[in-house]
Amino acid sequence: MLRVYLDHMATTPVAREVLAEMQPYLQGSFGNPSRPYDLGAEAREAVERARQRVAELINASPGEIIFTSSGAEANNLAVRGLAEAHRRRGMHLITSAIEHHSTLNTFRSLQKQGYVVNFLPVTRAGEVLPEKVEEAITPSTVLISVMLANYEVGTLQAVREIAEIAHDRGVLVHTDAVAAAGNMEVDVEKLGVDALSLSSHTMYGPKGAGALYLREGLRIVPLIYSGVQEEGRRGGTENVPAIAGFGKACELARGALERVERLCWLRDKLIEGVLEIEGVELTGHAEKRLPNHASFIVEGVDGEALMLALSFEGIYAGNGTACISQVLRASPVLLAMGYPAELAQCSAIFTLGRETTRREIEYVLAKLPEVVGKLRRISPLWKG
Amino acid sequence: MLQALAMGSEVRFVEGEEIKADAVEDVVYRLCPMHIMRLEERMKELRKGEVLELQTDYEGALSDIPEWCSKTGNELLGVEDTGEYFRFFIRKRAD
Repeated sequence: MLRVYLDHMATTPVAREVLAEMQPYLQGSFGNPSRPYDLGAEAREAVERARQRVAELINASPGEIIFTSSGAEANNLAVRGLAEAHRRRGMHLITSAIEHHSTLNTFRSLQKQGYVVNFLPVTRAGEVLPEKVEEAITPSTVLISVMLANYEVGTLQAVREIAEIAHDRGVLVHTDAVAAAGNMEVDVEKLGVDALSLSSHTMYGPKGAGALYLREGLRIVPLIYSGVQEEGRRGGTENVPAIAGFGKACELARGALERVERLCWLRDKLIEGVLEIEGVELTGHAEKRLPNHASFIVEGVDGEALMLALSFEGIYAGNGTACISQVLRASPVLLAMGYPAELAQCSAIFTLGRETTRREIEYVLAKLPEVVGKLRRISPLWKG
Repeated sequence: MLQALAMGSEVRFVEGEEIKADAVEDVVYRLCPMHIMRLEERMKELRKGEVLELQTDYEGALSDIPEWCSKTGNELLGVEDTGEYFRFFIRKRAD
């Protein structure tokens, strides 16, 4: 049976070159980067080389990169750290209703500490309208966080436009670029953002590494207290092998971006084929979407059931972020986009990778109608 | 309270008195010992007699920096408490 992995938003395999880059730092050059002797210096060089590579991917300076344990930590650090560092200027924060849980839950926790947060609504295509951002800004707004691309529906946000509006009013801007990085160009200068989150394991790097870009000169309150690591902005001994791998993954991503057209072609072929099935709708924006992202509502089919049934055919897809409610299995993102609960639980997400082939897409298109048909025959949700 | 924290050290709190600095180093919210590491680095770059303004929110700096100054022979001109962080003014030793 063919094994087709189309859940690259959840995680990616570690690239061969990435693994090779990591290996020396697991055993031979295992030193603590804070030590001055040669073993420490080797590890320090690996961390700094990685910092340079991450910075190059997003057109930043190495000093603007803070390594974290994950994209989620980077989102936590950005939102909490910037809000707290600029608390004296104001306690009003703005985000969107469709952010990743690591962003949404940080904002919710800040609400409990007295901050006022606007969770902006989105359109049916999952877009945050810049005019809604402008309307929400008050004299006490200090931070806006809007993701560059959505994990579940692939929609790209007008971050550059939002940043321009925010900066005119003296408001800081953070964007979660975890879903976007490695799949499309991410340039902090062009976007004009003050902070940007990245993750290693969704771009062919290992799990356990992420990064926050923080514009030079900006203050941030740390989340993890220790000492000199990350210039006193994130404590804890650096995860040197993972960081080294992350750096290599960023270098590889720059090359992969040149082959993005191929990915778009495969994605469109998949979308075209899936939409031929009765009762299927594309979610997210038809054009302004990630090059590797195809997401649907398959009426009458529970997203989790479909994900499992497809895996029995060797097809690995997604159905939204992992923390959906167990009671109502509806995607909060789709609910925020205005879908009713009975449709918002029928989410199917296919995210392609660099290794995805035309043959694999054809295999999915051949199997999917059969699997959907079987599930609908036993589904109380299907009225067709 | 902060004055009490600095008791026994050579800290002179200044208020409304603007000390002109030749360089500024911002380590506000950076974790200890970044205030000493950056202080050492930046002082090396300055010329004799020049003044560094070091900004930090770390209260331990109220004892660390006077101690560092007395050990190294640099002069702590004064400290301003902005309410959010401290501004330390340090003149590089002349000889």
